[in-house]
Amino acid sequence: MNFDFSDDQKALKDQARKFLADKSSAKAVRAVLNDADKSYDKDLWRGVAELGWLGAAIPEEHGGLGLGRLELCVLAEEIGRAVAPIPFSSTVYFFAEALMLAGSDAQKSAHLPKVAAGEVIGCFALSEGPGAVTAASIEAKFDGATLNGVKIPVTDGDCADWAVVAAKEGGGVSLVLVDLNQAGVARETLKTIDPTRGHAKLAFTNAKAERLGAAGQGWELAEAVLDRAAVLIAFEQVGGSHACMEMAIDYAKGRYAFSRQIGSFQAIKHKLADMYVNIEVARSNAYYGAWALSTEAAELPFAAAAARAAASDAYYYCAKENIQTHGGMGFTWEVDCHLFFRRAKLLALQAGAPAVWKEKLVKRLEQRNAA
Amino acid sequence: MDFNDTPEEAKFRADARAFLEANVRPKSAEAERLSRKLSPKEYLKAAKDYQAKKAEAGFAGITWAKEQGGRGLPPIYAVIFNQEEGKFDAPAAPFSIGLGMCVPTVIAFSDEATKDRYVAKALRGDEIWCQLFSEPGAGSDVAASKTKAVRDGDDWIINGQKVWTTGAHFSDFGILLVRTNPDVEKHKGLTMFIVDMKAPGVDVRQIHQASGGRDFNEVYFTDVRIPDKNRLGEPGMGWNVALVTLMNERLAVGGSYGPDYKEIFDFAKGVASPTGEGALIKDEAFRQKLADWIVRAEGYKLAKFRTMTALSKGQTPGPESSIGKVINANQMMDIANTAIEAQDLYGVIDDPAYAALEGAFHQSYMFAPGLRIAGGTDEILKNIIAERVLGLPQDVRVDKGVAFKDLPSGR
Repeated sequence: MNFDFSDDQKALKDQARKFLADKSSAKAVRAVLNDADKSYDKDLWRGVAELGWLGAAIPEEHGGLGLGRLELCVLAEEIGRAVAPIPFSSTVYFFAEALMLAGSDAQKSAHLPKVAAGEVIGCFALSEGPGAVTAASIEAKFDGATLNGVKIPVTDGDCADWAVVAAKEGGGVSLVLVDLNQAGVARETLKTIDPTRGHAKLAFTNAKAERLGAAGQGWELAEAVLDRAAVLIAFEQVGGSHACMEMAIDYAKGRYAFSRQIGSFQAIKHKLADMYVNIEVARSNAYYGAWALSTEAAELPFAAAAARAAASDAYYYCAKENIQTHGGMGFTWEVDCHLFFRRAKLLALQAGAPAVWKEKLVKRLEQRNAA
Repeated sequence: MDFNDTPEEAKFRADARAFLEANVRPKSAEAERLSRKLSPKEYLKAAKDYQAKKAEAGFAGITWAKEQGGRGLPPIYAVIFNQEEGKFDAPAAPFSIGLGMCVPTVIAFSDEATKDRYVAKALRGDEIWCQLFSEPGAGSDVAASKTKAVRDGDDWIINGQKVWTTGAHFSDFGILLVRTNPDVEKHKGLTMFIVDMKAPGVDVRQIHQASGGRDFNEVYFTDVRIPDKNRLGEPGMGWNVALVTLMNERLAVGGSYGPDYKEIFDFAKGVASPTGEGALIKDEAFRQKLADWIVRAEGYKLAKFRTMTALSKGQTPGPESSIGKVINANQMMDIANTAIEAQDLYGVIDDPAYAALEGAFHQSYMFAPGLRIAGGTDEILKNIIAERVLGLPQDVRVDKGVAFKDLPSGR
């Protein structure tokens, strides 16, 4: 039994934490939050590329470091903890994973080295309006060469260079690769609950596109990409939850009311103990997802759904109770609680809402039992 | 990351499995039915026989030192044996408190003669031990124990009452926390003793629980004599001894009880949804709840794997394992409550002849309130997590610097 990360992976995590504490400080996050024209932190993005994080899981033949998904998980946790204002998840968990999963050799050779070098930002465009996306609900159309339709919202769609888009092709759904810097693509930046990450509405009018993976296999591929991303986002959520708990503990020790530390009141203690229990449940499920992801285990769909459901609930709980522990100060713009409260909601929705993943989890339990 | 045993662990697991297959029945509805048929006396006899076989085969006291009759193995091996034993209908319960908590305390605080007298017999199952801590006025605040011991020559004379003592009615010995000095602070006037449960003046009365069962006892002490050589630790150091006992409680990694998400998942396929057409499993609100139960049950199981990993590396698990009971007791109640309510009025029937799972959901529903209280209430466990894991300050103490006899105690 070795259900833990290796010493090397822990060292990578330490290194990431130190780097992000310096380069993705609250001040850096707020610089993006407070500037509507700033989509992401360019210096941080360059720094992350130089450290090789963007290509951590990309094979060496395609310009990456050729490490495993476990290394990516420890980086994700630290990125989540730091509320890093960079298009990391869109580029690495979605765009690069989709290419590695379904791309032809030519597509991999064309895009992965640029991702690893930080020269290209990628994104993944699924949503077209309110409500959960299904294979039947997709209206964007691909005719074998061009793409038409609207995707809203697309996380990091305002700054991305390339997108993987789910579109109807014939009777089925296909994934297609689209260069966003072309005449057939119109972008509109969207205001969202978490301004530290960019979002856009993308309108495609006879945009040039090429298929990624087989025609009609797009929905299955999208589900597979979502399962992989779900595990990695769960680590970001665990990192964010843990940061909220640490903030709340720190405040509860230093803040006095009725002439005593508020952390000595059971009402506060029990709240923080509940944060801890939620995080332990989420972390344990996320580790299982990491194991399934890194070993390409058949349990991945079940493990990813459990990790995702647990982590979304944990981050929501920790972020809102961190504000509550801070009292009135927690409701001010100046105190950082809301950075986590905002990011918690974005991450809960980025790869599908909690209710969607809970339904997937039960469906996958049914499938497992039927098998 | 991998879930595999080391070669040594795998060999041990295979040996454990072979032993269990040769001596007890695998868990099944049929095995449980047969166990339920046994009278308490027959069950105890079966438990003692099983414990003797365990000791003979080297599966009792796995982590205890060889001088104490143990195997001297790291804690991971005890966890492996517990995992395998958990798959069988093994009558191990009567020994869990004695061997898990009481006897390790005796070993830690006794001289060689005392250890020679008690340890081997306990390990073989010849003698059963219970833990006498809680009192009517000392539950969560167990250091408020009032049962008193007064020195009389080479003996101590005990008067008072303990309560919620698991298995006292079939125990031979107990470890007993008493007040020897009411003139000092609460935690400083306690002393721990070994008590002979068959001694004159010890009166054990079974408690009739709200659930209908009788698993716990009240124990009354009237002028009971305990020789001074049965004292564990110095007079006044009883609280430190008790902390060692409670530390061992954490190593006895707790499992879940009663029907879990798998049982209610199967149940939901066969019962109609109260909100509309079709089976309960098709009901969206039910499916969302089921997902929450899966996440928590799997999360707890996986958290134990993380504890096992720490154990394999020679680390000792800390108070973080307190999360188990906080998760399980509430979840057990929630699952049982949902299963019962889903049946509409039929849900009131707990007669095994008619009820789903022969009434297991009802048993779970009625026992869960006790589990939320036993072994530290949910509230005390959350205090422990907050103070010992998260480092939050202690509550303001009104009993500091005050002699025990001057503390307010209410009714």
